[in-house]
Amino acid sequence: MLAIAANDGVVRARQVARTLAQQCRLSLVEQTKLVTAASELARNTLVYGGGGTMTASLVDERGRRGVRLVFADQGPGIPDVDLALTDGWTSGSGMGLGLSGSKRLVDDFVLESAPGRGTTVTITKWGR
Amino acid sequence: MTERVPVLQIGQILLVSIQTDLDDQAVVHLQDDLTARIVGTGADGVVIDISAVEIVDSFVGRMLATIASLSLLLDAQTVVVGMRPAVAITLVELGLSLGGVRTALTLEMGLKVLERSRVLRQGPSQELAESGLSDEDGVRADPAGQ
Ligand SMILES: Nc1ncnc2c1ncn2[C@@H]1O[C@H](COP(=O)(O)OP(=O)(O)OP(=O)(O)O)[C@@H](O)[C@H]1O
Ligand SMILES: [Mg+2]
Repeated sequence: MLAIAANDGVVRARQVARTLAQQCRLSLVEQTKLVTAASELARNTLVYGGGGTMTASLVDERGRRGVRLVFADQGPGIPDVDLALTDGWTSGSGMGLGLSGSKRLVDDFVLESAPGRGTTVTITKWGR
Repeated sequence: MTERVPVLQIGQILLVSIQTDLDDQAVVHLQDDLTARIVGTGADGVVIDISAVEIVDSFVGRMLATIASLSLLLDAQTVVVGMRPAVAITLVELGLSLGGVRTALTLEMGLKVLERSRVLRQGPSQELAESGLSDEDGVRADPAGQ
């Protein structure tokens, strides 16, 4: 488990994601997509969640191997998840592409959040 | 711990080559440094070499777009060179088209882009006429268009 408490946590999240993606033998394009999604979600954890963690693992399910990354924080949560997942919607000064874009970049994307209860985003990228 | 990316000046051009995985603070510094250097040097061109960059996320993408439009306001043209194919594919899927950012495949082609916009502004220079640089081949304006 990796702490995301400052900017260097976002950099380390990218490095860990890259290492696992290589271990899983993802193609270069798939690696790049996973690392980019990790970067977006780690930054959200830091900026909006007030810091949190990334838990990274290789997973085996139904004969498939994949990389799973779980971003968790105890921050304010997301009041309207559908709105937050809309391309271009931001509550701050971002471009509103982090959540919606990451969702497109990975195979599985699960966002759990409730006001006052923090946010957890779980993404998985499967190898072939 | 935040590092600063060196900004090199070659004649009228500022050259930045991003060689490491920058944290967000370093990205903001780079944007500020470049803006100050454009003003301080009167440079008319900026080349940002991202051939060593493994991912461009929304933060870095926004920095590139901001520098491109800021530099225009300061009478300088920015070209982003060397974007890796995997990065371009990912950027498009992320939803960032970087429409306002000039790109070129290589540093050499990027310099040609700048030379050409200088010609458009000032009329042909002696060197250009002698070097026989053409204004075609291999230069594209949009990474999404590949
Ligand atoms: N971990 C989180 N905790 C609380 N709110 C969040 C969290 N992650 C995202 N959000 C909310 O969802 C919105 C959309 O997030 P998204 O990452 O898509 O865009 P952004 O961060 O605003 O801009 P970008 O990522 O393009 O720079 C954010 O503006 C924020 O309000
Ligand atoms: Mg974001």
